[in-house]
Amino acid sequence: MPKPFTPKVVTANRLREGDAVWLTADDRWSPRIEEAELIDEEAHAEMRLLFAQSQPDLVVGPYLAEARPTPNGPAPVHFREAFRTRGPSNYPHGKQAEF
Amino acid sequence: MYSYSDFDEAFVRERVAQFRAQVARRLDGSLTEDEFKPLRLMNGLYLQLHAYMLRVAIPYGTLNPSQMRQLAMIAERWDRGYGHWTTRQNIQFNWPKLEDVPDMLEALADVGMHAIQTSGNTIRNVTADHFAGAAADEIADPRPVAELLRQWSTDHPEFQFLPRKFKIAITGSPNDRAVTRAHDIGLRMVERDGEPGFEVLVGGGLGRTPMIGKVIRDFLPRADLLPYVEAIVSVWNLLGRRDNKYKARIKITVHEHGLEEISRLVEERFAAIRPQFSGVDQEMLSAIEAQFAPPAFVDRPVDAYEAHRAANPAFRAWTDTNLTAHKAPGYAIVSVSTKKHGTTPGDMTADQMRVLADLAERFGHGELRISHQQNVILPHVHKADLPAVWQALRKADLATANIGLASDIIACPGMDYCALATARSIPIAQEIASRIEELKIEHEVGPLQIKISGCINACGHHHVGHIGILGLDRAGVETYQITLGGDATETAAIGERTGPGFSADEIVPAIERLILGYLELRESPAETFVQTVRRLGLGPYKARLYPDATGKAPARAA
Repeated sequence: MPKPFTPKVVTANRLREGDAVWLTADDRWSPRIEEAELIDEEAHAEMRLLFAQSQPDLVVGPYLAEARPTPNGPAPVHFREAFRTRGPSNYPHGKQAEF
Repeated sequence: MYSYSDFDEAFVRERVAQFRAQVARRLDGSLTEDEFKPLRLMNGLYLQLHAYMLRVAIPYGTLNPSQMRQLAMIAERWDRGYGHWTTRQNIQFNWPKLEDVPDMLEALADVGMHAIQTSGNTIRNVTADHFAGAAADEIADPRPVAELLRQWSTDHPEFQFLPRKFKIAITGSPNDRAVTRAHDIGLRMVERDGEPGFEVLVGGGLGRTPMIGKVIRDFLPRADLLPYVEAIVSVWNLLGRRDNKYKARIKITVHEHGLEEISRLVEERFAAIRPQFSGVDQEMLSAIEAQFAPPAFVDRPVDAYEAHRAANPAFRAWTDTNLTAHKAPGYAIVSVSTKKHGTTPGDMTADQMRVLADLAERFGHGELRISHQQNVILPHVHKADLPAVWQALRKADLATANIGLASDIIACPGMDYCALATARSIPIAQEIASRIEELKIEHEVGPLQIKISGCINACGHHHVGHIGILGLDRAGVETYQITLGGDATETAAIGERTGPGFSADEIVPAIERLILGYLELRESPAETFVQTVRRLGLGPYKARLYPDATGKAPARAA
């Protein structure tokens, strides 16, 4: 039996800056996961990923990452995705400096 | 030191121009990422977790002051004011923007540097003993040979589509500081009946399947080096497993075919190509050697040094740990630690780089080295100048007296930066070093190498650490496995796993139990940590790691 679909966000790195970004419901790439579109249906997720892949001049390597809903918007599930929302732990050189 | 010929200069400039055009075509949409990726990797440019990363080659770990200053300039102008020294004697910049990279490469070319063959399936930067040309125990300076190998391997037409990356390390000393037994090819300069040559090791490597290199030729005459190395790479190029990247390295080829068969094929190939090497390579080597002539060492009294040592305990402690015997009377090799307790191993600010460039110029015959242990070396300092060097290092926060001790930890960038990582390395290194400093025990503990990798690719050399730590993702949780008894020297050994892993919260107390356990277990202060592991095995250490004897790590007290 296939596993039940768990909620996802579309994420990638920006082509010019290389930083982590998330796809919003209104087709923007946001540096904040909270602004991402939380996708809870598999067919829609595949469509959104195709849309992301059609923007190679903006982003590199888009993929679907597990996320969970919170009152502030989507939040990461895996620790790797959590690090991508913040930046490295040894210096405030990543997103943690901006938000 | 080697300085670029007109050929080198033109070659590097041409590559910068090519890459500038490739970046422009990527940015205007003419190249897809699939088309661009192999091109950027040929120039050392990776896309990591939070940004691009540019890996710059430091051939055999040797830098001059103007190169060091240029690295500082690049760090400030296009990065975040620092760089990271790697375990292959390179430097990585963690935050470049894609459109700035051609300018960074141009700035590198201005000082005879580049990022070519720092990535991809090529022969990578040839690494060497970081004390080369200075060490008292050295037979010969290995760097001219390393430079010859660099010139031979750069854009070698036969080796443009290798099964996987290929790493060569060379040492000119019987005491192996270049980890030659964990490289695809390890070269040890030796002499037989007064004739110089090499012991050639093949098939070493760390990563997913760690192996200690095997001797394929116990004595190779010096003039046979290039054809013999070419024969090895050539044999592997045909036999290497292109069907499975995890089985593509030469260590697997040697393992699957056996050393005897590989040796037979290499000798056959060697016999075929040896006549093509007419001696031009040896003429080139002689010209290179002239550029590595030792500096003009001076004979001066060392009384001021001895007096300062007697008067200043902090200075004395630093000289006890951070100096190595030099071949010239009155001189010392200075290891500058990047491992101040609680900081990131291998990281250095632009200001610190400039301080070291100045010190190298004023007191160090204009030479700097990067070690695979992620420290910086001033290879030729007269002892009379050591008090002044130490004072300047102190002001720059670079005088930590811990070389070879428990807080001199190797750590890969791990999941704080690296896209391949499965767990973080840096915070574990920071916490272990901070805890060791709180306990104030590392000088009592003595020589102890802790090496941390954030994934099985083992950039942090954990397999050959006296204590190795490997960070893994176990069901969505960062988990750290411990190995004991590894050895990176001429008596190289792969560490043995102790048992179940530890969480990020548990790993630092676990390492503390090992260190405190060692102090109880050793027969005398002369017996080092790794010697106790060899004498006693893992048993007594396992008992301390897993005291409840269920084979599970103890839960941390709330």
